[in-house]
Amino acid sequence: MTKHVFLGGSLIILGMAAAVAGAADSPASLAARYALEAGVPVSALSAPRGEALFRTEHAGRNGQSVSCASCHTPDPKQAGKTRVGKQIEPLAPKANPERFTDAAKVEKWFRRNCTDVLQRECSAQEKGDFITWLGQIK
Amino acid sequence: MNYLLRGIGVVATVGVVSMLAFSLPSNQAHGDDGGNVLPRLTNKAWQQECASCHIAYAPAFLPKASWQRLMGTLDNHFGENASLDPATRADILKFLETHAADAGTSQMGRRVMQGVGAKDAPLRITETRWFVRKHDEVSRTTWSRKSIGSAANCAACHRQAEQGVFDEDTVRIPK
Repeated sequence: MTKHVFLGGSLIILGMAAAVAGAADSPASLAARYALEAGVPVSALSAPRGEALFRTEHAGRNGQSVSCASCHTPDPKQAGKTRVGKQIEPLAPKANPERFTDAAKVEKWFRRNCTDVLQRECSAQEKGDFITWLGQIK
Repeated sequence: MNYLLRGIGVVATVGVVSMLAFSLPSNQAHGDDGGNVLPRLTNKAWQQECASCHIAYAPAFLPKASWQRLMGTLDNHFGENASLDPATRADILKFLETHAADAGTSQMGRRVMQGVGAKDAPLRITETRWFVRKHDEVSRTTWSRKSIGSAANCAACHRQAEQGVFDEDTVRIPK
């Protein structure tokens, strides 16, 4: 009897663990996905290129200079602020473990923010570089 | 043993009944409080998506025609790309239309509509005559304080704005 309960319990725990693992993305799994999409090995993704993407200023829609850091602050471990003053949780997974754990959310924000900052969508390689840089911040 | 089981039964029943009692009216008005407290509304997509950049502005602040214009131009939302996938967009628009200022579901909406012409579809809540009249004592320099930023930041002064509470007692203008 106790053996059955034990076995049953273990199976439930295993099942839950599998469900959680299946649902969640991680910075590493997303970087790997973008590398695949770009047709390059994961080792070809570059943290320095990702950081440059974050910091480079561009001419925004209204002519003003804009970069990712304009809203996210120059330190990705700090919280940023939207234009109307709402807090943006930090980008770096080290400071905000929820970052890069939901592929759909990641795609949504790349689509929106690359269009706002670069006036075009980001390439898969750029997205991979970006996540690689943020993922290695200690 | 029997009493124990019965006790558990009673506790469970009370728990379920009270949970139902608290969860059922969540989509309806309770206590419109003279028009300055909004009906508590729940729509997951509205709360999640709209509130990622600003507070989830209540549907009662603009008429249906405004929400249709807004939700139709999300790729340039006041200068920013706020585009959504079509299913989420449709879900949020339907919710906004159902509870819009001209839907007749809130006192606040009726007041907003008093200053909106039949063919008007303002895009900014801050441009409605109702908003302007309500804030006529707030100076331009106050709006531009760093702690406020702009008139779009309701929660800077209306401390319970995210709960739909806008009555005067809850207002505190930051320095």
